[in-house]
Amino acid sequence: MDSMTLIAIASIVTAGLTIALGSIGPALGEGRAVATALSSLAQQPDAATTITRTLFVGLAMIESIAIYCFVVSMILIFANPFWNHAIAQTVGK
Amino acid sequence: MHLSPDQIVYWHYGFLKLNGTIAFTWALMLVLTAGSALVTRRLSMDLNRARWQNLLEIVVTGIEKQIEDVGLSHPQKYIGFLGTLFLFIALASLCTIIPGFEPPTGSLSTTAALALCVLVAVPMFGIEEQGLGSYLKSYLEPTVIMLPFNIISELSRTLALAVRLFGNMMSGTMILAILLTITPFIFPIAMSALGLLTGMVQAYIFSILAGVYIASATRARRPKPAQAATPS
Repeated sequence: MDSMTLIAIASIVTAGLTIALGSIGPALGEGRAVATALSSLAQQPDAATTITRTLFVGLAMIESIAIYCFVVSMILIFANPFWNHAIAQTVGK
Repeated sequence: MHLSPDQIVYWHYGFLKLNGTIAFTWALMLVLTAGSALVTRRLSMDLNRARWQNLLEIVVTGIEKQIEDVGLSHPQKYIGFLGTLFLFIALASLCTIIPGFEPPTGSLSTTAALALCVLVAVPMFGIEEQGLGSYLKSYLEPTVIMLPFNIISELSRTLALAVRLFGNMMSGTMILAILLTITPFIFPIAMSALGLLTGMVQAYIFSILAGVYIASATRARRPKPAQAATPS
């Protein structure tokens, strides 16, 4: 196997692992956040607007962790810097 | 398939390039400024108002109320900055229903520019509110050891702001493109409706987080009563 194949294998496998492992934590966190928000909504329906607004902001902040993983895996697949480097080296030879 | 509207190049001459990001950003700016100029040309104070004036008043008072909820007591001073951020990002994600339009916030350069604006604006408002000395002193709170961590947090939250907005907008267009190749007819419509919702939520979060950062910089070390109401 030449270095191009190795880089391709490594980046594809790593992209899959990144998005798979990186979405576990945010999924658990979002589930807990929504569950707690629902129970506090049931206790205090008057504070619904405040709870909902805070919930949305919090959910988006938790979700952004998964989004970071997504960005990293997209970079690995579509804009891999090592790939371009290897191509430049083989062309230069 | 392209990651961002940076890769759509309409015209280039030497190192000067007119790519999709710049074109769509200027189009949005034109729509926002020309629209507001048209609406505010004939303002009326009596009971009969044009419907566009009503719309604009709803938007402005809504943003003012949200800024006040964050903890900034004089929203008129900050609405120029925070309201512009919100309106630009919200319009960018709302216009994705127009065919052929790509949101300029789906490019990392746009979101990095917006986040850098926040990075500069936070110390500016802080120094204006409480003076240079006491603003710089707020970096030494609670002890001197925390100085590097305070600076790191300032930088890392700028990075987080930029990447969060970019990732959300980019993933929206990306998922649509992938779904169009797998299930071409109904399902992408549902996903684009979801994309409109997340775009609005991201616009709200971007401006609210900027507001929270400004609030924590301006109010930092006042006497007790202001400190007791610090929202987390």
